[in-house]
Amino acid sequence: MSAPTAAQSPSAQALRDAFGAAIERVEVSCGDTIVYVSRERIHDVLAWLKETPTQDFDYLTDVTAVDYRDAERPLEVVWQLRSLARKADLRVKVRLDKDGPLDVPTCWDLWRGANWLEREVFDMFGVNFAGHPDMRRILMWETYQEGFPLRKDFPLRGHFSRAEQTRQALAVNPEAHYSLEELATADAYRNLPQDMRERLRRGERGGPE
Amino acid sequence: MGLIATPPDATVVSSTSPNWVTTRLDFLANWARTSSLWPMPFGTACCAIEFMASAGSRFDLSRFGMERMSFSPRQADVLICAGRLPFKLAPVIRRIWDQMPQPKWAISMGACASSGGIFDNYSMVQGIDTIIPVDVYVPGCPPRPEGLMYGILLLMKKIRGETFTDDRLRVEKLVGPDGLYLPPERVDELSEPFGNSVSQTRSS
Repeated sequence: MSAPTAAQSPSAQALRDAFGAAIERVEVSCGDTIVYVSRERIHDVLAWLKETPTQDFDYLTDVTAVDYRDAERPLEVVWQLRSLARKADLRVKVRLDKDGPLDVPTCWDLWRGANWLEREVFDMFGVNFAGHPDMRRILMWETYQEGFPLRKDFPLRGHFSRAEQTRQALAVNPEAHYSLEELATADAYRNLPQDMRERLRRGERGGPE
Repeated sequence: MGLIATPPDATVVSSTSPNWVTTRLDFLANWARTSSLWPMPFGTACCAIEFMASAGSRFDLSRFGMERMSFSPRQADVLICAGRLPFKLAPVIRRIWDQMPQPKWAISMGACASSGGIFDNYSMVQGIDTIIPVDVYVPGCPPRPEGLMYGILLLMKKIRGETFTDDRLRVEKLVGPDGLYLPPERVDELSEPFGNSVSQTRSS
C-alpha cells in the first residue's frame, strides 16, 4: 500500500474525466483511494485502468467481496489493482443490491489470474461473474448445498445438522473434483501416445497395469 | 520375547489346557503387532509438524518400530490423523481407512482431530470419530512429540490386551445405507458445542 496521505490517487480524477457519472463516489481510507463504480461500466473502467498508458494497472492483486452486517447496506465487490511499474494501488468497488441479481461482468479477459479469485467470490458470496469460463465452487465441494458461507445471514455452523453435513460430505466422490479438463494432461492430450489417450478416454487413472 | 514382557496369566496355564495355546499365540501376535506399527500419516495442519518432529532423529519413532511411514494405506497398521479435518477431506480419510487391511487402529492427534477444536464452524468435522472409529485421542494444540508417543504407548498397551479369537475387534465398521457409520443422533451428540463454543449461537 502507498504511504498514508489524504490526497486522492490521480487515477480518481482521470476516471471522473473519462467516465463521468459512472464514477459514483471516491473516498480515501487509510491512504488508499477507493473508487465506487456503477455496475454497468465496471468492465470498461477496469479495461481502461489496465490499458491506458498513464494508468497501467497491470496486476490484479485480489478480487473479493464484502457483506456488511447492516442488512440495508449493499454487498460490495472489490477489485484491488496494482501498477507494478508505477508502484501505485487503486481499489475499485461495485455495490450490488442484495435483493437484485448478484451479477457483475468477469475481468478474466483482462487478467487471467482473476479466474480462481472470482470462483472464490462466487463460492463464498454467491456473486455470479458473467462471462467467466468456469463458474464453479472452488473451496467448498461442487455439490455443497448449504449456500454461501461468508454471507452475514449464513449461520456459523451451517444450516444443516452435523449428522446431515457429515452424511453429505461422505457421499461426495473425492475424485470427481479432478476432471480431465482440470488436469495438466488435458493440455497435452494431443501429444500423448495413442495407448495413453485411449486409457484416459476410458476414464482410467494411474499408471500402466 | 521374554525380555519384553511376561504373559499376564503365565502362572495359571498348563500343557493340557486349551487356553495355553491361545494365550501364547495372542502374546506372540500382539508382540509382533505392537513392535512394528506402520503409521499411515494423515497430516493436515500444524499437528503434522509435531508428527514429523516425532519421526525425526531427536524423538525417533523407530524406537517403537514405526520408522517406516506407510504412504500406501494397504500396508499401514495405524492411521494417525494429525490436524483438523474439513468436511471436504472426510470422504478421503474414510476411503483411506477402508483401504487399510485389518488389523488396524487409529490415533486422533490434537484437539481439532479429536473434537473440531477451535473450528466449531460450517466447514470442519467435529472430531474424526464421526467419520472413522478412533482408538486413542491425543490432546494438545498441537501435542508435543512426547504427547504423541504417550498416545502410541497407550495404543500398544491396548493392542497387548487384545485377543485374536475375538472377531468383534476386527469387524469393519462400514458406512451404512444412511451414509454414516454411526447413528445420526450419535454424530449430532459427538458434534455438540462445548466449552467456549456453547455461547456461540447457531443463527449467527
